[in-house]
Amino acid sequence: MAEQAQQASVLSVSGLDVSFSTLRGELKAVSDVSYELKRGEVLALVGESGSGKSVSTRAVMGIVRGKAKVSARRMELSGQNLLTLPEEDKRKLRGRKISLVFQDALSALNPVLSVGDQLGELYRTHLGVSKREARERSIELLRSVRIASADRRIDDYPHQFSGGMRQRILIASAIALKPDVLIADEPTTALDVTVQAQILDLLDELREELGMAILLITHDLGVVARMAERVAVMYAGRIVETGQVDDIFRAPAHPYTAALMASAPRIESVGRLEPIKGAPPNLIALPPGCAFHPRCTHRGELCPTVRPELVGSPERKHACHYPLVETAHVG
Amino acid sequence: MSAEPILEARGLSKTFRAGGALFGKSFDAVKSVSLSVAPGETLSVVGESGCGKSTLARMLVGLETPDEGEIFFKGAPIKRDKALRRQVQMVFQDPYLSLNPRRTVLDIVAEPLDVHGLASGAARRRRVEELLASVGLDPAAATRFPHEFSGGQRQRIGIARALAAEPSVLVCDEPVSALDVSVQAQVVNLLMDLQKRLDLAIVFIAHDLAVVRAISQRVLVMYLGRGVEMGLGDQVLVAPSHPYTVALRSSALEPDPARARLARGTAARGEPPNPVDPPPGCRFNPRCPRATDICRAQEPALKSRPGKTAVACYHPVEDERLVEA
Repeated sequence: MAEQAQQASVLSVSGLDVSFSTLRGELKAVSDVSYELKRGEVLALVGESGSGKSVSTRAVMGIVRGKAKVSARRMELSGQNLLTLPEEDKRKLRGRKISLVFQDALSALNPVLSVGDQLGELYRTHLGVSKREARERSIELLRSVRIASADRRIDDYPHQFSGGMRQRILIASAIALKPDVLIADEPTTALDVTVQAQILDLLDELREELGMAILLITHDLGVVARMAERVAVMYAGRIVETGQVDDIFRAPAHPYTAALMASAPRIESVGRLEPIKGAPPNLIALPPGCAFHPRCTHRGELCPTVRPELVGSPERKHACHYPLVETAHVG
Repeated sequence: MSAEPILEARGLSKTFRAGGALFGKSFDAVKSVSLSVAPGETLSVVGESGCGKSTLARMLVGLETPDEGEIFFKGAPIKRDKALRRQVQMVFQDPYLSLNPRRTVLDIVAEPLDVHGLASGAARRRRVEELLASVGLDPAAATRFPHEFSGGQRQRIGIARALAAEPSVLVCDEPVSALDVSVQAQVVNLLMDLQKRLDLAIVFIAHDLAVVRAISQRVLVMYLGRGVEMGLGDQVLVAPSHPYTVALRSSALEPDPARARLARGTAARGEPPNPVDPPPGCRFNPRCPRATDICRAQEPALKSRPGKTAVACYHPVEDERLVEA
């Protein structure tokens, strides 16, 4: 059973640590993060700024900026061990097996190359096809992300497209080589809500068509609820709770998850919101014990001294000494 | 609206030129928008990027001069009257860009005091400490610099500065959209508390409907420079009538899987068109599922309807619940 689950994983990360050395000391951006991404599923990493959600996926891609120390017990992508793979081979995996969509499409696209040249380059370098075939394939690709009159627009430059269209082009470049895993890092945060809805629909359709798994990084619980089957909630570099989206949204076990959900405004409710007091901690000087304890309204004796481990079943885990009890199940 | 409006804008228009003053093409960033807000009331202005909501905010506080229309404070035209201007202050969107990094919090918050000559010396310092305390910051923060504070704290500093001149109206331009959700809630609550305590009128510019719902009594929806729907928050946000508001409402995702998944595959088509080259007729018509010939020919005006929202649409969505009631 355990073996079967492992086989179905396209991305498997275990014990990932990422730290940066800064003038003021070592900054632990990611600590002991583990997750499995199964073929075709959407797993959301959700957290506030500084929670480590972006860095933890960049470490997997091997593209962490600056002087970072990255270590892990296991890091496997489509059956290949990323920890031992030479850099040259790893580079070949990027784009083919795993690729990334950023938040900011305008800065991720090259402003002086036409869209056709940028997309075509992917096919020419990775697949070694002719210029003409690369162009044909690029037009096809633009069609697949629903860009109208793709054959005319192929020669346009990024600035000639709207924000939503640019995000489509970025997604096109990410799926060009039909990767197993698409990392979508806040893919709709810079977009207007009506355009966000379109991009999320597109990601749904592409996932269905290509059977790729999506690792969705977001701060937006609404996007998680809309897109993901499973979710991992991060706080101060650690996963504090993980499980099925339906279970966790219905009855969060970790007080941080519960507080985060309670703080989100909802269209049905008028009046005061329920914020979490204080601010996310400084990653250079994390509080001892549970990093959330200074802000937690549910803390107990152990919290300021003993860091809780992530425990539970394979389907549902939490890192809290005093998890919230599910009350919805009574009766 | 029960109380007398304290701030009123009538028929505000602002035209910009895109691509240079000489050869650029002009477009209406804001066209004939009217609004009013009463003491203790929050009016939210919502819409997507390029709808003109920020330009509208900047006109209200005097950072832009309207090409047409006028703004009144307690019935008197504000124009260049500095004493009246002082009554309308702004809280900016980005707490990282809107605070001068080389000045202390004391000098930042005291700026309106200095500009309007309201306090100096020890009184100035005392007033700043009072203001910091009123936004939930330690008065000792006065000697520190903006980079020493988190995003939420910076936004509190921005609010303290806006309050320094003892305004009656706060215009908040996306004050929480750069903040994390948990911190966003702190700032929204702070604004509501301050409003209650000081009987402030608030014009709240935002794109997040859920935040708007929490804070506002009335809502104005803008699309490409036009007001398209205006009314009580309960009506505009819960049972919208303009097809654009309906699209906004259905794309707003909530942290509830069952509800959020309903939004799958229901995205409104198209994107807001280029304001330099808007479609003829109703500006929403190319994206609108209800558009007919008249929508493509003639622009609808914002009309009030008894018991319902005011709407600029020939074919508003009639909500059954409202009709029955």
